[in-house]
Order: sequence, then structure tokens, then C-alpha cells
Amino acid sequence: MKKFIVKRVCLSVLILFCVTFILYGLMRCLPGSFVENMAMTLSQAPGAKPYEEWLAQLNEAYGLDKEIIPGFFTWLWDAVRGNFGDSWKYSVPVLEKFQEVIWLSFIMGGIAFVLELIIAIPLGVIAATKQYSKADYLITAFALVGISLPTFFFATILKLIFSVKLGWFDLFGLVGRNYASLSATGKLLDKANHLVLPIATLVIVSVGSLMRYTRTNMLEVLNADYIRTARAKGLSEKRVIYHHAFRNTLIPLVTIIGGSLPGLFSGALITETLFSIPGIGYTSYQAMVSGDIPFSMFYMTFLAILTLASNLLSDILYAVVDPRVRIS
Amino acid sequence: MRDNMDDLKNKTPLDDRNPMRVQEIPKKANERHVDKLLSEAKKNSGTSGGNEEDLEQLALDDDRRVKVLSPGTLVAKRFFRNRLAVLGLTMLVAMFLFSFVGGLISPYGEDEQFYTYTYMDKEYAGVVKNNDLRYLVADGADFGSIVQAQFLLAINQQKDAFSYKNIDYEVENVGTDLYTVSAGGEVLAAAYKDIINAAEGAEELSFTAKLAALTAYVTGEESFAADGVDYTLDEDGNIVSGGETLGYISRFVVSPADSSVSISRGFKEELQKAIDEDAEEFIYTDENGEESTYTITYKPATDSWSIIKSTVTYVYDRYHSPTKEHWLGTDTNGMDMLTRLMYGGRVSLVIGFIVVFIAAFLGVILGGIAGYFGKWVDNLIMRIVDVFYCIPSTPLIIIIGAAMDAMQVDPQIRMLYLMLILGFLSWPSIARLVRGQILSLREQEFMTATEACGISVRRRIFRHLIPNVIPQLIVTCTMSLGSTIITEATLSFLGLGVKFPFASWGNIINDVNNSYVMTNYWFIWIPAGICLLITVLGFNFVGDGLRDAFDPKMKR
Repeated sequence: MKKFIVKRVCLSVLILFCVTFILYGLMRCLPGSFVENMAMTLSQAPGAKPYEEWLAQLNEAYGLDKEIIPGFFTWLWDAVRGNFGDSWKYSVPVLEKFQEVIWLSFIMGGIAFVLELIIAIPLGVIAATKQYSKADYLITAFALVGISLPTFFFATILKLIFSVKLGWFDLFGLVGRNYASLSATGKLLDKANHLVLPIATLVIVSVGSLMRYTRTNMLEVLNADYIRTARAKGLSEKRVIYHHAFRNTLIPLVTIIGGSLPGLFSGALITETLFSIPGIGYTSYQAMVSGDIPFSMFYMTFLAILTLASNLLSDILYAVVDPRVRIS
Repeated sequence: MRDNMDDLKNKTPLDDRNPMRVQEIPKKANERHVDKLLSEAKKNSGTSGGNEEDLEQLALDDDRRVKVLSPGTLVAKRFFRNRLAVLGLTMLVAMFLFSFVGGLISPYGEDEQFYTYTYMDKEYAGVVKNNDLRYLVADGADFGSIVQAQFLLAINQQKDAFSYKNIDYEVENVGTDLYTVSAGGEVLAAAYKDIINAAEGAEELSFTAKLAALTAYVTGEESFAADGVDYTLDEDGNIVSGGETLGYISRFVVSPADSSVSISRGFKEELQKAIDEDAEEFIYTDENGEESTYTITYKPATDSWSIIKSTVTYVYDRYHSPTKEHWLGTDTNGMDMLTRLMYGGRVSLVIGFIVVFIAAFLGVILGGIAGYFGKWVDNLIMRIVDVFYCIPSTPLIIIIGAAMDAMQVDPQIRMLYLMLILGFLSWPSIARLVRGQILSLREQEFMTATEACGISVRRRIFRHLIPNVIPQLIVTCTMSLGSTIITEATLSFLGLGVKFPFASWGNIINDVNNSYVMTNYWFIWIPAGICLLITVLGFNFVGDGLRDAFDPKMKR
């Protein structure tokens, strides 16, 4: 087991190296309009150096004067030591900005994830136990509608109904107009109020896949021989389903749930952008569209690490939860 | 052929398992035989019509008594039994017809713009009733501002005379708001409130004539004479001589709102009439024959009127509500919404298909090679897959989209890039699927049989392994078609995907970034969203149905 984990971690590091190299190469190939714009603004200040000098200085400051490969190693060496450079858009160190916004995304993702679990697992189990019944069709259709709904369309409909027509929530942002004058509890409630629609969007859009996953796995277990045996020996249907079948369904479920834990940190890029929630997703979106290379590089590396971590985690969990895997 | 023979020689131990394989092949052949027999039997029944009799003649365990269905028919049967899948298929067919046939039927083009006449309000002129005394000075006379002030003082004190600098002036009140000032019996100047405007093209009247006209106007006389010429004064205050209008008298001062406006006599008259009648608006046709509506607003604070001209302008018919001509109204550029939706569907569907095709193509080839050859080839390809799997696709596409914005890439080329990038980023999952399937299929007996028969490697992979992966592949591709369409729509919605003038369901919804459009023009974005939803839902329903149909374990 230990050997397996060590091997996987080493492999992950190697993959991460390749991924960051590809990303760095791609970012460097893009037109560096930001640096040029910045040099232009700086050179226009009274008594400033000419444009060319500023450009050269900025390129040096951001390590853009080097070739791609030496530039990559410089970047990598800095990154390994936890220095991802200064964000061009936010003019603060990338990690500082990251620490500022990540927790909001995590809270939002966490709440949405818990809600998803609460909704998806029971519905998935019901759909599987009553396969081809009306309830099954309804649940499957609901799950598929959720999967098929484009986030932006659903979010807009929610906004139209709850913000515009009913006026319950604000259209954008994390805090209301009178936020500054609220008490501590009021501030918390205000933020919570602004998070209702984004979380609702996240839950509805992503609950479907987990629900279907539960249903498929539950169906597989229900068709297994030991369930037939359990039924044959006269156990109550309730006991068969919740004691024998559901426990076995938990194996793949725990694996996938564990695997999606790192994803809670990745932020919801589209949803946050739609609702202007200043989490990691929205912050990175703004950085990306304004050509902020250090921040984009950091965000993409971060996402790659999260993906690797979740793969690793689900593999390990699979082995931990399912004894059959461990033996082989 | 010889290579394979060598292969066989090398792998002699396999001979142990050979008998099983030998059984396998005749079995298949047998099935085919049965099919043939069955079709012959059907043909016979068609011609002779004695099917039952034929069957009776057969032995009880005869194969012909059993209805044999091909695997394809079985899958189709199972698929059509699933109501959701059939619903999904119907939805897809409808959306395809809508997008591909609809565009041909629609009478409008993809980027055909519609225009409309609309009223544009513009501040045209201001009208003030003259309440100040104005001065008319005789030729060569000196009537400076100090004298004017003295004169004002005199009339305020209701005196008939005043003197300034040893000159005595006499003031005479000729009529309402008309005074003459004379010195030494000679009229030096006149003070008046009713203004004489020279007619266009007419010569300016002389002092005497003007004075005479004013006198006649205030005293209500209809004719007067000055400098030996006879003039008549009509009701409207027109000064006419010899059938020609030389000027007119009016207390209204019309000043244009800006320098581009020149106010004609006719307009002034029309305006005065309207003001006199307390009308709120009037219509005036100018020299160019352009008819405009003018709205008059009285401002009590300044005792003035402001004239607003409503001109009919020819503009894009933006955000027009649904009508008979435009069933879903028009969009922000004055294009027919329904037609845009049809062409948008075309773009969305075509992009989806091409992307999935690229992904499936790459995925099948690389996954097939990896799965079949195993060992280091598998290791290498799977590590590449891992690397690609880790590349965060959405952020990357957003960055590339933003960069293409900066480089101002042509929309058509941009669309091509978009497809390539999306396709290139989504093959790894398909490669994984294919490899996994092939790894398990490779170990099955029929593969050893192909090897024993000496079939070439390429043929073994692409004729015997890949077809067995196809069911899984179809399901995955159908599902990923839906998700690709969503991705494309999301990008276009963010303004980083398909760009104007091309329509895509995503960039049609893009308009809701304007909150006003979102709240007031439902017909702009709701239909596009519903189209998206129906299409993606259709793909997912069908994919789901296919999965259940292909998987025999799922049947009950």
C-alpha cells in the first residue's frame, strides 16, 4: 500500500511537471499585450523613461526576456519555493490574492456539495430500487435536466425569477448596498443571502451526475447474486436494500466523494462570474481575460494539482474501502 | 500471412486452448445459417402463404421454430421500449429539422437586418414672447444707451419729456408698447415690443416704413403709407406692398436650439398659430417636403415655449416584440430572432459533431494502440493521456479566447480554432475508455482465434477489437455531444467562443449581460436557452437509453 502510494505520488509529480511545462509554453506563445499596455501607460507619465526602456524592464521583471525553456525553469524554481510572482491585474503577490479569495469559494463549494449529497444519494437509491417506475422516470429526467441545463441559462432564469420578479436577492455581488452599516450578524446574513442563488445554481446543475452515479451503482448491486440470496432467505425488502445493497453501493460512492473533495477548492468559475462572487473562480476569470500570466499560470497549476490529488485520493480510498482491491 | 504463420509457430502452447475457439467460430456461422434459413422461410410464407403449415412440419427442436433476432434488433427493441430515450430521439430530430431545414425554409438570412421607422425627438427651437422694449433708431440719429436709460426712466415716471446733455427729448405713446422719441420735432427713435421681421429675400424696410408699420399695427389700421409707397397690413401682421409680402410683425421671438436649424417664416407663422390656439403639437412640412411633428411645451417659469421636433428616422428594428413577420421578435441588431436561432442551432450542432469526431478519432486510435500493444506503448500513451487529463480545459480555452480577442482573429477562423482546441482537449477520456475496453477484450477467446487465423494486426485492432468497443463509444460520444454543446455555448455566452456575425445559441443569450434586456425582452434569451436545453437533454436521453439498451445486464 505504502509502495503504491509513493509510486503514484512520484508519477503525479512527473505529470505535473509536464502539465506546467505545456501550460507555460502556451502562455508564453500568447501575445503579451498586457506588458506592452503597461509599458505604454508607464512611459506616458510625466518625466518617465521611454516606452522601449520600460518594456525591457518589465519583460525582465516578469522573466519574459528569457527563452521558453530557461524561463520555465526560473518560473518552476520560484514556484516550488512558493513564489508565484506578482499578479499583473491585482498588483499583489499571487498567493496573497489567492489566500484572500479561496475560502469563499471553499465555503460555497462545501455547502453546495453537502446539499448535493443530501439530495442525490436518497433519490438515486429510490430510483434504483423502483427501476422503470414513475418515480424512476421522474428522478432520471430531473437528473438529466440538471445535467443538460447550461449554467448561465439556469442562473439567468433564477435571477429573473428571484431577483427581478420577486426581489428576494440582489442580482450581483457578495454584499448589499448597506453592508457597511450592518452589525456582525447582519453582515453574515447579508453574505449568506447573496450566496443563496449561486449555491442553488451549483446544486441543481451538478446534482444530476451524482444522482445517476448512485442509481447505476445501486442497480448493479441489486442485480448481484448476494442480493438474490438475501431475498431468498426471506429478509425484508427494507433490510435487503438498506443493509445489504446500500452498503455495497457505498464503495464506489465513497470513492467518488473522496475524489471530489479537492475539487471544492477549485471554485466555480462560471457561476462565480455570473453572480460576481469574488471567489477564486471569478478572480481568476478576470485575471485570465486581462492576460494576467502569473495569476493564470498559478490558477491552472493549482487546478492541475487538484485533479491529480483527487485521482490519487479516489484510488487510495478505493483500496481502503474495498478489501477486494487490497488483496490483489 | 507468413508472419502470422511464424507467430503461430512461436505460440504453440496456445494450442491447448484451440478446441474452444474452433467451437466458437462454427457457432457464429451456424447463427448466420439460421438467419438465412429464416429469411428463406419468410420468403416462402410470402409467396405460398402457408407459414403455419410449414412450421407444423418442422420438428419441435428445429431452429426455425425459434424467432432469432440480431443483436442490433435487440438493442433497437430495448431502446424503443425506453420512453425517455424515444422522447430524447424525438427532441433531437425536431431540433435537427429546426436547425438544418428551418434555415432553408425561413424567408430571412442569417444576418439580414430589419429596419423600422421611429420617432426621434430633438430639441428644435425655443420661443419667447418679447417683453423688453427694443429700439429703432432713425438713420444718422444718435440714440445712445444713456439716452435710452433716460427714456426708460421717463416712461416709468410717465413723463412726456426728458432732457439730457442740453437736448430736450419728447416722448409720445403711440399705442400699446410703442413709443416714439423726438427732439426738435424730428423723430429720432422708436421703442417697441412687437418685432418686425423681414420676409425672406425681401429688402429691409426703412426707418420711416417700419415706424409707420408699427404705428399701423398698434392702432389697428389696415394700411399705411411711407416714403411715398402704400402698404397694407393684414390680420396676421403681414406687411404687403404691391402684392408682395415684405415682412411681418410678431411679438414672438423664435430662436433655434442649435446652429444647424434655420427657421423659416412659414414655420414661425404655423408655430404662432399653434401657440395662439394653445395647441400642444402641430405638423409642418418644410421646403424639402419633409413632414415632421412638433410638440410645444409651455414653460411658465420663463414664459417661453420649447419646440421639440419628432423626426421619423429609419433605424434597425431592435428588440421588436414577436409579431406575425418575426415570430420571436428581433434581436439587438435588428435581425429576425427565429432565423438566428435556426442558424445558431446549425453552428452549435456542427461544432458539437466536429469536436466529438476529432476527440473520438484521436481517442480511438491512441486508446486502441495503447490497449492492444500494452507494455511501454501503453505506458507512454497513458501518461500522455494523464497529462492531457490534468490540463484545466475551461481556463485554458478562456485564456486562448481572450488572446484571440486581442489579436482580432476573423470570426470564421476563430470558430475553426475553437473546434480544434475543444476536440484536442477532450480526446483523453475517450482514449481511456477505449483502452480499458480493449484491455479486457484482448484477453477473450475470439482474439486468440483471430491470432490463430493469422489476421494482420491492423485488421485485428480495427475489425475485431474496435467494433466491440463501438457500443460504449456511441454512448460516450452521444453524452459528450451534449456537454460539448454546453461548453461551446458557455464560451460564446462569455463572448469568447463563436462571434458575431455568426449566430450560436450561446452568443444569442449573451445579450442578458444587459440587465434591461434580461428583464424586459424575454424573447431574446429564453427561446435560445430552451433550444439548448432541449438539444442537450435529447442527447443525454438518447445516450442514456443507448447505454441501457447496449448493456444486457440492465434488462429485466
